[in-house]
Amino acid sequence: MSFINYSSREINCKIVYYGPGLCGKTTNLQFIYKRMNPEARGKMISLATESERTLFFDFLPLSLGEIRGFKTRFHLYTVPGQVFYDASRRLILRGVDGVVFCADSQLTRVDANEESMENLRVNLREQGYDPDRLPLVIQYNKRDLPNVASLAELHALLNRRNVPEFEASATTGAGVFETLKAVIKLVLIDLKRGGRQ
Amino acid sequence: MSQGNFILREPEYESLLSILRKLLTDASAKVVFLVDKNGTLLASAGDAVGFDTTSLASLAAGNIAATGGLANLIGEKEFTILFHEGERDNMHLSVVAERLILVIVFDRRSSVGLVRLRVRQATARLAAVMAVALAAGDAESGIVEELTEADIESLFK
Repeated sequence: MSFINYSSREINCKIVYYGPGLCGKTTNLQFIYKRMNPEARGKMISLATESERTLFFDFLPLSLGEIRGFKTRFHLYTVPGQVFYDASRRLILRGVDGVVFCADSQLTRVDANEESMENLRVNLREQGYDPDRLPLVIQYNKRDLPNVASLAELHALLNRRNVPEFEASATTGAGVFETLKAVIKLVLIDLKRGGRQ
Repeated sequence: MSQGNFILREPEYESLLSILRKLLTDASAKVVFLVDKNGTLLASAGDAVGFDTTSLASLAAGNIAATGGLANLIGEKEFTILFHEGERDNMHLSVVAERLILVIVFDRRSSVGLVRLRVRQATARLAAVMAVALAAGDAESGIVEELTEADIESLFK
């Protein structure tokens, strides 16, 4: 649910990075944090375990400039990817305006990707969203690693909606901003359409 | 399907702000924030300069969401009040009108009892303004309808 404040002239939107454990959601946000102009981003918060696994969420606020006199602010969140943190994932999806599904391209993670995508759809439905209409972008991460599934395979498994999809390597930053731009565009277009009502 | 957009106009914003300012004084608080449950700051009163208000809003929303999850596990709809006690400062969080969170930071000059009393009084007034804001927002044909593809593209130039 976007929040438009006419007093401070701001449009606020929430974007959630979703995907299986260790697929690179946090790494995406860390790269964005490192590369964004410090004036355009706030502090990054990571609620993580001692071993750096996301426990509740990562949070990164971005301020991207003005549209028609309104500042645009995007709050990026990640969910904890590990299967047993499902209750936390559901909470973080509340009020979401757009989702980046971050898939792990490695062959060994094919099942985990499918399971996570299905979990996303179930949790969106539970929050009252139509998973076939919410702005969604898919990122095939870790393309730099050996033993990765082909794009055609990943597309067939994960992209039944035929949404924008990007190859990425979040550790080097390849594809990270392309993914972010795509989801922001979809969110704003959706906002214009009237908040998916 | 989803909740749509929440639009806060100037008159309702000013009403919320005046309630927060009165609460700040009545509760002898240091600073008061009004946050939506999705983690966005709506308004604040008091000396918010030293605070990272964006992070505060996000974490307050996460806090309420997590304790709400705990509440569900024991058959409660929600825990509507949270209190965090620190060595110097304390934080009182409460849910307002089901979709907002009122955050109050106070020190020894106040007390939990006083804060609770004042929060209860302010909550009803905040809820009334929110009802007006939501009704007005539904009728609003604002900035978003006027957005063009070119506007959106301009963000990335």
